[in-house]
Amino acid sequence: MREEIITSGRMNHLIDPQLHIWHWHIPLYLFLGGLAAGILFFAALYTVLGKEKEYPTAVKIAPFLTPFLLMVGLLALLLDLNHKLYFWRLYTTIRLESPMSWGAWTLMVVTPLSIIWCALNIKTIFPKWDWKYKWLWELDKFFRKNLIIISWIMLIFSLILGVYTGILFSAFNARPLWNTSILGPLFLTSGLSTGAAAIVLMSKNKHERHTFARIDLMLIGIELFLIVHMFMGFLASTQVHIEAASLFLGGPYTTPFWLFVVTLGLATPALLEVLELKGFKMPVFIAPVLVIFGGLMFRFIIAYAGQASRWLY
Amino acid sequence: MRYAMAVDTKKCVGCSDCVVACQTENNVPIGYCRDWIVEVTDGTYPQLEIEIRSERCNHCANSPCVRCCPTGASHYAKGGVVLVTPHKCIGCGACIASCPYDARFPHPDGYVDKCTFCLHNRVEKGLNPACVSVCPTKCLYFGDLDDPNSPVSKVLKNRKNKTLIPEAGTNPHLFFLI
Amino acid sequence: MATSRRQFIKISALGAGSLALAGTAFELAKGSSILDKISGAKETGPLRTPTYCEICFWQCAGWVYKDADGNIQKIIGNNDDQHCNGRFCPRGTGGIGQYHDEDRLKTPLIRTSEGGKDIFREASWDEALDYIADKMKKIAAEHGPECLALFTHGSGGAHFGHMLKAFGSASIAAPSFAQCRGPREVGFLTTFGDIIYSPERIDIRDTRCMVLIGTHLGENMHNGQVQEMSDAIDKGATIITVDPRFSTAASKSKYWLPIKPATDMALLLSWINVIIENEWYDKDYVERYTYGFAELKEHVKTFTPEWAYGITTIDPNIIRETAREMHNAAPSVIVNPGRHVTWYGDDTQRLRAVAILTALLGSWGRRGGYYKPEKLHLPNYPVPPFPVPKRLPAEAYEGKYNLANEVVANGLCDATIPTVTNECNFKAWIVNGTNLLAAFPNQAKTMEAIKALQLLVVIDTMPIELTGYADVVLPECTYLERYDMIRNSGHRQPNVALRMPAAEPKYNTKPASWIAKELAGKLGLSAWFPWKDMEELLDWQFKQVGTSLEEMKRIGVKNFPREFDDLYFSPGEEVIFNTNTGKIELYSTDMENEGFEPLPLYTAHEEPPEGYYRLNYGRAPMHTFSRTANNPNLTDLMDENVLWVNPKVAKLWGLENDQMVKLKNQDDIISTFAIKVRVTERIRWDSVYMVHGFGHNNKKLTRAHGRGINDTELVTRVHIDPVMGGTGMRGNFVTFITDFDMDGKEAEA
Ligand SMILES: Nc1nc2c(c(=O)[nH]1)N[C@H]1C(S)=C(S)[C@@H](COP(=O)(O)OP(=O)(O)OC[C@H]3O[C@@H](n4cnc5c(=O)[nH]c(N)nc54)[C@H](O)[C@@H]3O)O[C@H]1N2
Ligand SMILES: Nc1nc2c(c(=O)[nH]1)N[C@H]1C(S)=C(S)[C@@H](COP(=O)(O)OP(=O)(O)OC[C@H]3O[C@@H](n4cnc5c(=O)[nH]c(N)nc54)[C@H](O)[C@@H]3O)O[C@H]1N2
Ligand code: SF4
Ligand code: SF4
Ligand code: SF4
Ligand code: SF4
Ligand code: SF4
Ligand SMILES: [Mo]
Repeated sequence: MREEIITSGRMNHLIDPQLHIWHWHIPLYLFLGGLAAGILFFAALYTVLGKEKEYPTAVKIAPFLTPFLLMVGLLALLLDLNHKLYFWRLYTTIRLESPMSWGAWTLMVVTPLSIIWCALNIKTIFPKWDWKYKWLWELDKFFRKNLIIISWIMLIFSLILGVYTGILFSAFNARPLWNTSILGPLFLTSGLSTGAAAIVLMSKNKHERHTFARIDLMLIGIELFLIVHMFMGFLASTQVHIEAASLFLGGPYTTPFWLFVVTLGLATPALLEVLELKGFKMPVFIAPVLVIFGGLMFRFIIAYAGQASRWLY
Repeated sequence: MRYAMAVDTKKCVGCSDCVVACQTENNVPIGYCRDWIVEVTDGTYPQLEIEIRSERCNHCANSPCVRCCPTGASHYAKGGVVLVTPHKCIGCGACIASCPYDARFPHPDGYVDKCTFCLHNRVEKGLNPACVSVCPTKCLYFGDLDDPNSPVSKVLKNRKNKTLIPEAGTNPHLFFLI
Repeated sequence: MATSRRQFIKISALGAGSLALAGTAFELAKGSSILDKISGAKETGPLRTPTYCEICFWQCAGWVYKDADGNIQKIIGNNDDQHCNGRFCPRGTGGIGQYHDEDRLKTPLIRTSEGGKDIFREASWDEALDYIADKMKKIAAEHGPECLALFTHGSGGAHFGHMLKAFGSASIAAPSFAQCRGPREVGFLTTFGDIIYSPERIDIRDTRCMVLIGTHLGENMHNGQVQEMSDAIDKGATIITVDPRFSTAASKSKYWLPIKPATDMALLLSWINVIIENEWYDKDYVERYTYGFAELKEHVKTFTPEWAYGITTIDPNIIRETAREMHNAAPSVIVNPGRHVTWYGDDTQRLRAVAILTALLGSWGRRGGYYKPEKLHLPNYPVPPFPVPKRLPAEAYEGKYNLANEVVANGLCDATIPTVTNECNFKAWIVNGTNLLAAFPNQAKTMEAIKALQLLVVIDTMPIELTGYADVVLPECTYLERYDMIRNSGHRQPNVALRMPAAEPKYNTKPASWIAKELAGKLGLSAWFPWKDMEELLDWQFKQVGTSLEEMKRIGVKNFPREFDDLYFSPGEEVIFNTNTGKIELYSTDMENEGFEPLPLYTAHEEPPEGYYRLNYGRAPMHTFSRTANNPNLTDLMDENVLWVNPKVAKLWGLENDQMVKLKNQDDIISTFAIKVRVTERIRWDSVYMVHGFGHNNKKLTRAHGRGINDTELVTRVHIDPVMGGTGMRGNFVTFITDFDMDGKEAEA
C-alpha cells in the first residue's frame, strides 16, 4: 500500500485537498468573453464580406449585447481578485507571457470596439437617435468611413479573445487537464458556436436563422471532433494526463461532462438543428438555448476539473 | 548567484519545526504556511519505507508562476529567488493555478504569499532561513549553487538527490537528498 | 492600506535600534557577545529576553523575541545551551501559542453552590488564597499537615513543594516517575548504583550503534537526543529499532525489528545469551566492574535466539546479526533505556535487562555510551529547617515499592481513597501543572480519590479536565510571563539557565512563585520565604556560583568547566559503584533482598481477545501530552489524534480513511468521543495506535474540545510494577464501534 499524507501545514481549504482558487467567476468571465467574441466575430465577418443586409441581426442587433457581456465578465474577474484595490496594476504593464495580462489588454481593446460598433448601429434600434455633440457626429463619420478597417480589427481581436478564453487555461502546465493546446481552438469554436446560437435566438429572419443554424451545426461538429481529439491526446500521454482524462472517463466529472456538455449542449441541439433544417416544426429557441447552456457548463466543468487535476510526485 | 536548498529525506523526521519557525519568523497567519511536510509510505508491513520531505516553493529557475503573472508582482529577485511584491499583486490566482507544487496561497490580506527563502529578513543579513536554522535534525542545507563551498553545493555534490516533477520543466532549486 | 503587514515589520525592524520601548518594565537585553562569536551572525530584534522552555521537560534554553510593538513574536534556541544547541523543537518554537491562547484561565475561580448546582465564581487572588489557607489550616488541625499532597509536573513544583515542606508535608509527587521513567531509574540504580537522569546521560553524539527499544525519537522530540541521533546517523552510526510499529525512527534505522508487542524481555535475554555465548562481551570490563556474571551466564543459557523467535517473531539470524552489530560498536553503543517505560508491569526487570546488556558491552562510562553528567552545586537561599513531617510519603503505600527512589504518585492517589484499613491519608491535594485525568491511568480510581477530598486546588494555565473538579482554580501565567527557579541541569558540562518574563502576565494570572509565597504568607510561613521577590532570590543564588541576575539576563545560559575530567572512565580506572557490592550488579542483590528475581525473567503477557486490538499510544512531534492540544500554533499543525489501523484490520471491519469510530475496551469502557481512522501499514494487525493527549472534554478549550480520543480513558487495566509501583498501561485492548450516534459525540462532555 502506498500512503501519501501531508502530515502538517498547508491545510488551506483553497489549496487542499485540491485547488479551489477559481470559483464561478473565472468560468463565467471566460464564457461571456467567448460569447461576445463569437457575436463580434460574425458581425465583423459579414461586414467585411459586405453582407450586412443579409444578416441584420448578426451585424447590427446581436452586438448590442456584447458591451454588457464583456462588462459583466470583467466584473466577474474583478470579484475574483483577492486584492481588488490593486486591479489597475493589470494595466501598468504588458506581459506577453502571461495570458492573464494579454487577455486583460485584449478586453481593453475589444470592449471599446464593441461600444463603437453599437454606437454605429444605434440608429437601427432607435431611428430617432441624435448625437447631441458635434464632435460625436464627427467621430461617427470618421468610424463609418473606416468601417472596413474597424471590422478587420474587430475580426482579429474577437478571434484573439476567443482563443484567449482557452489559452488562459492551457498555459497552466501545472494542471494536466488544462495543459493541452487544443483548449485554445476548442474554446474558440465553442465561443463562436454560442455566438451563432445567440444570433439564431435573436434573429427574426428565417434565412439568417437557417444560415446560423447551419454554421452552428458545423461548429458543433468541429467541437466534438476536438473533444475526441483532446481525450485521445491525453490518453496517449503521460500518467498524469491519463489521470486527468479519467476525471471525465469514470471519474467525478464524468456525468456532468457527458450529460450536460456533450449530450445536452452539443449532440441534442445538433440533432434538433438537423431536424429543423429538414423542415420539422419545433420551438426555435430550444436548440440555441441548449448550445449556450452547454457552452457555459463546458467552461465551468473544465475550470473545476482542471483544478482537481495535478502532477503526481 | 543561485540560492538553493537541499532537504535530507534520510534525516528529516517530519517534526514540522520548519513550519512553525517559518510562521513565527515571517508572520504567516495561523491557518496558512509557506512550508509543509509530506510523508510517503511504501510497502506492506513489515517491508516498509518512508520518505519524509519538508516542502516549500522550489524557486524554479524557469517558473510558470512568474510567467503567468499579469502584473509582474511575481518576479525573480537576487539569487534567483522568486518573490511576490504584495502591492503589485492583484490576487488573480493565476500563479497559484500555475504552480505544479501548490507552493502558493492567497494571504488573507489579499496578495499571494509563499516561501521567500527568507531573502530580505534573514539571508541578506547573513543568517540562514528560519526553517534551516531551527531544524533539529539539521537536515536542511541552504546556500549559493554557484559557490562550491556553500553547504548546499557541498551536500549536493556528495549525495544522490532529486527534484520534484522534473518533467514539468520548472528547473527547481529545492533538492531532496535520497 | 498601501503597505503590507510584512513590509511594515521590515521597516520598523530597521529603525528598531533607535526605538525607545517606553513603558516596559523589563530590561533590554543588549545582544550577547558570546552568541555573536559562536554563530558568526546573530538574530536581530528589538528586544530579547532569556527563558527556558516549559512545553516539555527537556527545558531548552532560548530567547524570546518581541517585535517593534512589543508583542512576543518568536522563540529561538540559545546557541550556548547544551539542551538545544540553538535549536528548539516544534513545540518549543510554537510555545508562543500558549501565551497567545485566548482560552487560557484568566482569573481565580472558587466552586460554590447556586440553586443546588455547582458553579465557579470568579474571585480575587486574595479571596481565593484566603479560602485555600483556611481550608489547609483546618485540615492540618484536624488531620495533620501531612494529609496534604502535592501533585506537580514542571517548574511550579519547586515553589509549591517548598511551601508544602514548610507546612509540614513531604508528599510531593510527579507523574514523571511511576507513569514515566521510574522503572528505568530503578533498573539502572539496582544495576549501576546510579540513575539515568534527565536529560539522559547517553552519549548519542559519539555513538556507533544505538538500539531503540520502543523509544520513538523523532516523534518523541526530546530535543538534544533527536539532534544527536541525526548527528550520529550522519557519522554512520547503526540504528537498531525495536518497535511493533513502524515508527519514524524505525524508518531511519538500519535494522527495524518489528517485535510482537509485550515480548521485549525475550529479545533482550536472547541478545544477552548471544553476546555471552559468542564471548562478545567486554571481558576486561565485566571482570573488573561487575558482580554475578557466572549466575547471569547460567541464567540465560536457554534463552537462545530460536527460543526468542517463538515469542517475539524476530528472525533468529537478525537477533544474532544485531547482537554482532552491538559487539562491533562496543563500547560506543547505547542500548537506549527509553523514558516512558511503564508498559507491562515487569518494566523494572526489562530495564534491568537493558542495564545488564549495557554492562556486558562495557558502554557505561564510555565515549559513545553513557557519560557521567555533572551538575553545579547551587546553594539554596538560607531558610529555617523544614518541620519534620509526621509521615513520609512512602508510608502511604506501606511495605511496597521499597526500591522506588522517588514518590509513587499513584500510590498517593490510591491512599486518598478511604478504606477500612487505612483510616486517613490525604484530605487535600494541590495539583500544579499536571492533568491527572490524562496522566494517571484508571480514571475511575482517580475520580474516586478526588471525590474523597476535602480540598482540591488546581493550578494550571488552561481549563482542563481536572479544573472542573477543583474547589479552587488558580490561573498561572505562562512561562513567558514569569521568573522561575534556576535551571540547574546535569550535562556534559555543569550549567545554569535563567527564565525571566518577556511580558507582563496577561489577564489576572500570576506566577507560581508569587502564588506560593503569597499563600505561605497567609499560612504564617513567611519565614521560609524571606526574599523580597524572585529577582532577589535568583540574584543571590547566581552570585553564589560566580554570576549574577544581571549577567544571566544578558546571556541566558552559563556553562561552567567540569570539576573533574571524568565524563568517561579512564582506562583501567578503579570505580566503586554505589551498589551493595560496589560493583555493577548483573545479579541484583537489592532485588533479591526485596524478594524479586535477581536476574530478569521473561513472563508472558496477556494477548488481545478475539476482535480486540492492543491499544498502543505514543507521541507526535508537534504536541506534548495533553498540554498543547489547544495551542493555536500547534493545533495548526495537528488538531486531533487519529487511529492507526492496519489495512487488513480495516478490511475486516470495513473501515475507511477518515471514518469516525468510537472505541470500547476490555472493561466495556467506551470512548467519550470518536476518532478518525487512518489506514496505514505502519501498524501491526494486532494493535491500534494513537497519539496521547487528545480528546479533551472541557468545552472551554475551543480548539481541543472533542477532537480525537483520550487514550487514558481506555487504560483501565493497570499492571503495577511490584518493584517500584509503576503503572503499566499497555495491557489494554479495544474494539471498534462503528455504529453510533454522531450527536453522541458531544454527549457527556
Ligand atoms: N513530541 C513529544 N516528545 C516527547 C513528549 C511529548 O509529549 N511530545 N514527552 C516526553 C516524555 S515525558 C517522555 S516520557 C518521552 C516518551 O517517549 P518514549 O520513551 O520514546 O515513549 P514510549 O512510550 O516508551 O515509546 C512509544 C513507542 O513504543 C512503541 N511500543 C509500544 N509497545 C511496544 C512494545 O511492546 N515493545 C516495543 N519495543 N515498543 C513498543 C510504540 O509503538 C511507540 O513507537 O517522550 C518525551 N518526548
Ligand atoms: N495514557 C497515557 N498516560 C500517560 C502517558 C501516555 O503516554 N499515555 N504519558 C505519561 C508520561 S511519560 C508523563 S511524563 C505524564 C505527563 O503528565 P502531565 O505532565 O500531567 O501532562 P499533561 O497532560 O500535559 O498535563 C500538564 C498540565 O499542565 C498544564 N500546564 C502547562 N504549562 C503550565 C504552567 O506553566 N503552569 C501550570 N501551573 N500548569 C501548566 C497544562 O495546561 C496541563 O493541564 O503522563 C503520563 N501518562
Ligand atoms: S524541522 Fe527539519 S526534521 Fe523537522 S520536519 Fe522540518 S526539515 Fe524535517
Ligand atoms: S515552486 Fe511554484 S511558486 Fe515556487 S517558483 Fe516554482 S512555480 Fe513558482
Ligand atoms: S495573484 Fe498576484 S502574484 Fe499571482 S499572478 Fe496574480 S498578480 Fe501575479
Ligand atoms: S526559507 Fe524562509 S520563507 Fe521559506 S519556508 Fe523556510 S522559513 Fe519559510
Ligand atoms: S524539547 Fe522542545 S518542548 Fe521540550 S523543552 Fe526543548 S524546545 Fe521545549
Ligand atoms: Mo514522561
